[in-house]
Amino acid sequence: MGTVMGEPGTKEPLSLEELEASTNMRTGRKHVLSILVENKSGVLTRIAGLFARRGFNIDTLTVGPTEDSQISRVTLTVDGALHPIDQVTKQLHKLINVLKIRDLEPADTVARELALFKVSADGVQRGELMQIAEIFRGKVVDVTKRAIIIEVTGTTDKIEAFETMVRPFGLIEMMRTGEIAISRGRTET
Amino acid sequence: MRAVDALMECLKAEGVDVVFGLPGGANLPTYDAFVNGGIRHILVRHEAGGGHAAEGYAKATGKVGVAFATSGPGATNLITPICDAMMDSVPCVFITGQVRTELLGTDGFQEADTIGITMPVVKHSVMVQDPQELPRAIHEAFHIARSGRPGPVLVDIPMDISRAEIDYEPVTDLRLPGYQPKVEGNQKQIRQAAKALAAAQRPVIYAGGGVVNANASEELREFARSDRFPVTCTLMGLGAFPAPDQQWLGMLGMHGTRAANYAMDEADLICAVGARFDDRITGKLSEFAPRAKFIHIDVDPAEISKNVPAHIPIVGDAKNVLAKLVIEYRAIGADPTRLDAWWSRIDGWKAKYPLAYEDTTDAEIKPQYMIRALWEATGGQAIVTSDVGQHQMWTAQLYDFPEPRRWINSGGLGTMGFGLPAAMGAAVGAPDRLVCCVAGDGSVQMNAQELATCAQNDIPIKVFIMNNGYLGMVRQWQELFWDGKYSHVDMGEFPDFVKLAEAYGVTGMRFTDKHTLVDDIKRAIAVEGPVLVDVRVTREENTYPMIPAGMAAREMVG
Repeated sequence: MGTVMGEPGTKEPLSLEELEASTNMRTGRKHVLSILVENKSGVLTRIAGLFARRGFNIDTLTVGPTEDSQISRVTLTVDGALHPIDQVTKQLHKLINVLKIRDLEPADTVARELALFKVSADGVQRGELMQIAEIFRGKVVDVTKRAIIIEVTGTTDKIEAFETMVRPFGLIEMMRTGEIAISRGRTET
Repeated sequence: MRAVDALMECLKAEGVDVVFGLPGGANLPTYDAFVNGGIRHILVRHEAGGGHAAEGYAKATGKVGVAFATSGPGATNLITPICDAMMDSVPCVFITGQVRTELLGTDGFQEADTIGITMPVVKHSVMVQDPQELPRAIHEAFHIARSGRPGPVLVDIPMDISRAEIDYEPVTDLRLPGYQPKVEGNQKQIRQAAKALAAAQRPVIYAGGGVVNANASEELREFARSDRFPVTCTLMGLGAFPAPDQQWLGMLGMHGTRAANYAMDEADLICAVGARFDDRITGKLSEFAPRAKFIHIDVDPAEISKNVPAHIPIVGDAKNVLAKLVIEYRAIGADPTRLDAWWSRIDGWKAKYPLAYEDTTDAEIKPQYMIRALWEATGGQAIVTSDVGQHQMWTAQLYDFPEPRRWINSGGLGTMGFGLPAAMGAAVGAPDRLVCCVAGDGSVQMNAQELATCAQNDIPIKVFIMNNGYLGMVRQWQELFWDGKYSHVDMGEFPDFVKLAEAYGVTGMRFTDKHTLVDDIKRAIAVEGPVLVDVRVTREENTYPMIPAGMAAREMVG
């Protein structure tokens, strides 16, 4: 899929076979789109609007500064099993304030998410939870008589696995940042 | 100088010679700048009229059309023209007033979130937040509107920004790092397209509004003549290839000719140029041109393979790509006789299925006859605008357009009320040309207020209302597909269009006799100034031929 939308700046589909194959195709996997945008008001609305107009659900969305203060990075994940994302990425390219889009290949990408879990914990449960947290390389960031807050960083799979483990203890609240992702190696994302 | 005075300088630098608009509270500073700004301003009666006039101007001239409106209701009235310009890729810049920056988001008087409301229907939009940045915003707006795939750009200017003092210096650089339309076309792909064309036994050129937008009509003609390629155009492309012509198949799509639709159906190679495979073209997508491979030339990569997968995609400006394609094609030296069988098949359809209708024997005017009479009375040389509905389709079918930018209508959005203000804009942009509007009696009432603008500014458009007393196309669908049960389509004999014209200070006429119609139309055209003509036509006539919605080309009826 990465080449279908073309490398940034070229904006031309590169391979005929891929182009033909990709039309309205559901890829069946999660897509992580990494989008560089000009740091201007309204850009996020424009991006979100393109998905909303097609009835696409954005699973996670993070926005933050980059090494250049004029430029922000939007990382969003979409389910390619539910939506043909090729058309929406082409439309994203047309937004004037969008500089570059990468549909990150899972194998060439390091993705991380941060989550905070507030779990019921008194007495014996606390020790057990702290053990689980350690296995997941989580950190206990707050403890009270009745509850414990654990911070976990990792891939979405890992965070979901952790959630499964702590839910039986009484999950009071869970907060997740959504994924950020960076390409491996020397090449820029 | 004030930011608004700089705005006037920017407009002049962009070559703007006319602005259509209506003042209000939030753009009072802008209108103060018009007093000595040196730019012609035409005061419209409704912002939608101003917006469509800007579109008509742009379509007739190829230049960027400009419309102004105030904040709140002024801006919301512009939404239909903005959306229309987006759907039909019309280069327009819309400049709206906005409440003072400190009032933004407080539900201030005449405040509307113009940027938010218009976001899905603009090519780009910007609210100016720093008066010093206003000139750059204006120049960027014009650049974006006219380049690549053209479209509407909106600039929203809060009142405190517009009246602020700035140090104005002409802007020489644009800062648009994320906007680099690809216009040249990949040479390798073009060569591949030429080879595919040379090998094709049953090729068709399918040209759309992109050819007109790119001013590529000459190149299209040369491309078609580089062999004996059959050519069909979309509703938006009419005039890009001359009609009538040996190689001309007529318009394609829902109300296109059988020759065009059957040729698409049987083609082995379709070369789409500046066209977007709209549902009114393809009908049932799964059965659209089932034997064909597709070359798709478009300046917008998002159009390629959007509806129909392209085998040879070429992203680029139609003018550049077609010029290169002709060179590549000629170099191959294909054998033109390979198309003999194809042409005898096409000529068979052309002979068997001309655009025919059953004419009357008495004085009653058939709507189709009215269009041919208009063609005859104008020598086929007028700029013709239309509204949306049956009259639009009959005009597209029967008024043979010899040149591009002669046919101006609302294709994608299908906006009733487009024709009259668009004619007004076209007439302002092309003052030496005869501009006629074929309107529906339903449509024309949606922007009839602009007759006052035409009268006041002596804009000599000739509006011919095809009056059947119905919302005709809806009536036709109710007749054909809803068991003939008419629901709210009968407009009666209201208003009296002759009196309406006179009330607006426009010459009003009524024609009812087929036998004198051509001379009557000539008489209307000879009148100086704007004219509104009520042409009474057969009440219940259907537009044929027709591919019923969602069906295949082979299933054409009528």
